[in-house]
Amino acid sequence: METLLEQIESGKLWQFPGGIHPPEQKFVSNQIGIGNLPLPEYLVLPLKQHIGANGQLLVNKGEHVLKGQVLTRPGTNWSLPIHAPTSGTIADIKPMPSAHPSAMPELSIILTPDGEETWCPLTSRESIEGLDSKALIDILHHAGIAGMGGAGFPTYVKADSAKQIEYLVVNGVECEPYITADDMLMREHAKEIISGIEVMMSILSPQYTLVGIEDNKPQAIEAMRTAANHNDKILIRAIPTKYPSGGEKQLIKVLTSKEVPSGGIPADVGVLVQNVGTLYAVSEAVYKGKPLIERVVTVTGNTIHTPQNVWALLGSEVKHLLHSQGFTPVEDQRVIMGGPMMGFTLPTVRIPVIKTTNCILAPDNQELAVAGQEQACIRCSACADACPQTLLPQQLQWFAKGQEYEKLEEYNLFDCIECGACSYVCPSEIPLVQYYRVAKAEIREQKLEKVKAERAKERFEARKARLEREQEDRQNRHKRPARTAPAKDKVKVSEALERVKSKRPEQSAVQAAIERAKAKKADDDTSTLEPDNSAVALERAKRKEQARKYKEEKAQSSDDSAPKDAVAAAIARAKAKKAAKAAQETNVPEQKDSKKAAVAAAIARAKAKKAGQSEVSDAEAAASSDKDPRKAAVASAIARAKAKKIAQGNDQADETAVQDSDAADPRKAAVAAAIARAKAKKAAKAEEEAQPHSDKPAEQTDAEPEDPRKAAVAAAIARAKAKKAAKTAEEAQSHSGEPVEQTDAEPEDPRKAAVAAAIARAKAKKAAKTAEEAQSHSDEPAEQADAEPADPRKAAVAAAIARAKAKKAAKAAEEAQSHSDEPAEQADVEPEDPRKAAVAAAIARAKAKKAAKAAEEAQSHSDEPAEQADVEPEDPRKAAVADAIARAKAKKAAKEAEQQTVLSGNTKEANTLTDSETAQLSPENKRKAAIKAAVERAKAKKQAQEQEGNDLS
Amino acid sequence: MTLIYALVAIGALALVFGLILGYAAIKYRVESNPIVEQLDAVLPQTQCGQCGYPGCRPYAEAIANGDEVNKCPPGGEATVKKLADLMGVEAKPLAGGEEAEPVKKVAYIREDECIGCTKCIQACPVDAIVGATRQMHTVIADECTGCDLCVEPCPVDCIDMIPVAETKQSWKWQINAIPVKQLD
Repeated sequence: METLLEQIESGKLWQFPGGIHPPEQKFVSNQIGIGNLPLPEYLVLPLKQHIGANGQLLVNKGEHVLKGQVLTRPGTNWSLPIHAPTSGTIADIKPMPSAHPSAMPELSIILTPDGEETWCPLTSRESIEGLDSKALIDILHHAGIAGMGGAGFPTYVKADSAKQIEYLVVNGVECEPYITADDMLMREHAKEIISGIEVMMSILSPQYTLVGIEDNKPQAIEAMRTAANHNDKILIRAIPTKYPSGGEKQLIKVLTSKEVPSGGIPADVGVLVQNVGTLYAVSEAVYKGKPLIERVVTVTGNTIHTPQNVWALLGSEVKHLLHSQGFTPVEDQRVIMGGPMMGFTLPTVRIPVIKTTNCILAPDNQELAVAGQEQACIRCSACADACPQTLLPQQLQWFAKGQEYEKLEEYNLFDCIECGACSYVCPSEIPLVQYYRVAKAEIREQKLEKVKAERAKERFEARKARLEREQEDRQNRHKRPARTAPAKDKVKVSEALERVKSKRPEQSAVQAAIERAKAKKADDDTSTLEPDNSAVALERAKRKEQARKYKEEKAQSSDDSAPKDAVAAAIARAKAKKAAKAAQETNVPEQKDSKKAAVAAAIARAKAKKAGQSEVSDAEAAASSDKDPRKAAVASAIARAKAKKIAQGNDQADETAVQDSDAADPRKAAVAAAIARAKAKKAAKAEEEAQPHSDKPAEQTDAEPEDPRKAAVAAAIARAKAKKAAKTAEEAQSHSGEPVEQTDAEPEDPRKAAVAAAIARAKAKKAAKTAEEAQSHSDEPAEQADAEPADPRKAAVAAAIARAKAKKAAKAAEEAQSHSDEPAEQADVEPEDPRKAAVAAAIARAKAKKAAKAAEEAQSHSDEPAEQADVEPEDPRKAAVADAIARAKAKKAAKEAEQQTVLSGNTKEANTLTDSETAQLSPENKRKAAIKAAVERAKAKKQAQEQEGNDLS
Repeated sequence: MTLIYALVAIGALALVFGLILGYAAIKYRVESNPIVEQLDAVLPQTQCGQCGYPGCRPYAEAIANGDEVNKCPPGGEATVKKLADLMGVEAKPLAGGEEAEPVKKVAYIREDECIGCTKCIQACPVDAIVGATRQMHTVIADECTGCDLCVEPCPVDCIDMIPVAETKQSWKWQINAIPVKQLD
């Protein structure tokens, strides 16, 4: 048994399955030698003329280039340079129709020849000795050599095979009808081809080089044999003529009996195939230094006068080739690039010759008939017999038509070499290859899309991960400050434990407090947020201690009568306020720490209230902590509000409270008195007897408020209400006149008086409102509308309007007329800081609304939300103000609710007035306001009841 | 007596095979629910959200849980068919009446109109837009899935969806053969 090598040496040939014998038509163009063409007017050089990427442009428009000059620089990824086929000027660089069935535009260099044919300097060499394979491959690369048989695979990539090549197969078969380019090249340039083969052999060092030439080219075979005579490693083999023996896989099978595996390349079986044209170009590049700038093209067909092979410069237009050879177009002329089996009809003849163009076929209609109508497959299996790849064309056809792409792949569609044998033999004229081509393109696209989808998915997931990470980072950033807190917390816990311990031996309590204060100070030092408030902390600690003591005491004295307690508490509070004011005056410079002080003060106050009996110490604490006048003001507001509650708690408590407080401190007393008066008025309205009480408080108001701003705020609010009230009822009018009178009598201090008056008026209004509520809710919107404006200026305007109304009301009241001007004037004098007041009022109102909304959701729990809404605000001062106001209203509302029946008589007038007011409001506001008001009222009542209950208990 | 033997024998066999089956069920358990993976693989991964789910995988999961298969306009009828095959349901026409073969598009930012607001960057599900605040943005066309999501947020409407240009690679043969006829 002979080995394969011996068989090959002995000249044995094998057969591939299938194949056809179409008319050769070679004689048409191989009668005369390879001709030369005149220089065309211009050359169109697509940057990409092969498989792979195109190079990078090196020339610009208008540049003059020499023949053989490189025009693009190759990059990676199988790219090849292109060269100027002749000397000339670059006319343009733009997309031009490409040599592709679609003739899709591709970026091309347009070169206008100058006719000089001036070569750029070439490096020719006598032999390749001293050049290693890498240097040779580099030469091939930079000469821009691509496979010239058809596919245009870059030769340097093939030559750089990592696999051991046993046989170099040279393809001189040229099996396709009409084409004689390789035939003529072999006849005329056999020597160069052999030297090209020897270059490739030195690169690849194969055992043998097998040159396959179909036996229908005896002259070429002879020429090649002669040329290769000196080298016994080059075996020239004449193979039987059969289409498509020129196919790479078929030729390998014929010459070596090896079969390239499905989806593989010849190198997988140790074989490398090169076209003779490529090898000629290799020889030219290596020995003469000429890059690939021209090639042999067969121009043939019945419409060509002199069918011939020509040396065509790359970039010559097909039109130029045709006309040079005498082209007489017929009707429906087709021009085919490539052979009749595998070529494609050109959409236009203005398409350039590129590195892979081996034939231009211009047949007339007899020569190559136009495809007939496709008929049904008769399942003759002729295609399967003809298929050189032993595929099942018929099956593939069905699947292709049904777009069953997976099935197509199962049936190895991609092993189809698109030779067209099946189409050729098909009696039903089914364009099988076309179906395969379409299907292949479709599958390729789907695969590409799949890859893209996969990448999109990856990117999408990467993005998601990134976003999550970022969010986490953000959260961590927010957490970081909190993370430092635990240390503080621990300190606090230990402090708490200490405190618990210290409680038993009470002597050590103060000490513990001091310690705590120190600990806090230390904390503060580390955090460096508040530089020095240790003193305050200390005081706070003391206060807490006292509060604790008081609690214990209170627990014991809880059986005391409620009213007395309340009075005492009121007195204590009053003192605290006084102290606060004093502190305010002295400690103004210390306001830096105002917020802390405020908080401390708030706490202190809260405790102070509880510790009604340990007043003295409380007052001191408050004094030390209340460094901020504004805070103090807030505190006083709250105090007042509470005082009122207490007053409500028992009818006569107000009088006593006033008197008590008088004795203690005239200012406080004044405050209390003012409150008392307000209530008195209400009471008066309810029952006429209440009047006498109102006079006294008015007198006391002289001593009152040193804080003009607060007063202003309170006054503003009060005034707004006062006006309305004035309008409401006849009785209300008569009462409102009295306060006015009282204000006249007072005024050693106009401001104080104003405040008092304002408060009085406010209550009057409320009373009026309740009356209104009893009948209809229409006036409330109006009130709230007044209260609403967020803009301080508006508020001011509203206040102004309100005042104006107040005056009117005053006029209405016969007695009140003369006095009414004075309060108005005073009101003008008052507001040293009207804007602030307005803002405060606005905020208070906003909170009230919030509370109202919360109440809507859970009316039964309405007290809590309202309280919470008050607690929420960042600024404790404001909250306090709001709180005070809210409470005040709640109480009044409650009282009024009780008195509704009494006042109901006045409602008629009130309605008429309020209607006019509401008319000014938009319906939306009205409704909203009405709802809010209703809710508020509900809450107020509850609160009032609860508070009353609390006070009593 | 024979009846008892038979019953005992059958019972013993049943017990043995039951044990074998039970063991096999534990030992050769198939992990996870591969149908979601298969569905996800069929979906076009544009992450466009046109199905109403925030991405392709969520939709795949929804289909596995019984949602309709015809909610993927970028996938077209082909995807609907594949999904229907996988789920063993009847393929329906695309919901919303989109054309069967969707045109592939990529976003294009008219760069001289871009104000650099980064809104489109935040909208892009595949991070295919590059740019920075107050800097011009641009689309990486190769990464763009044509999902349209960047068009809406653009405050100056400088993003166009341009149909992907056909290249030689994506060009498809038309069914027209070059017939070769033998002459006498």
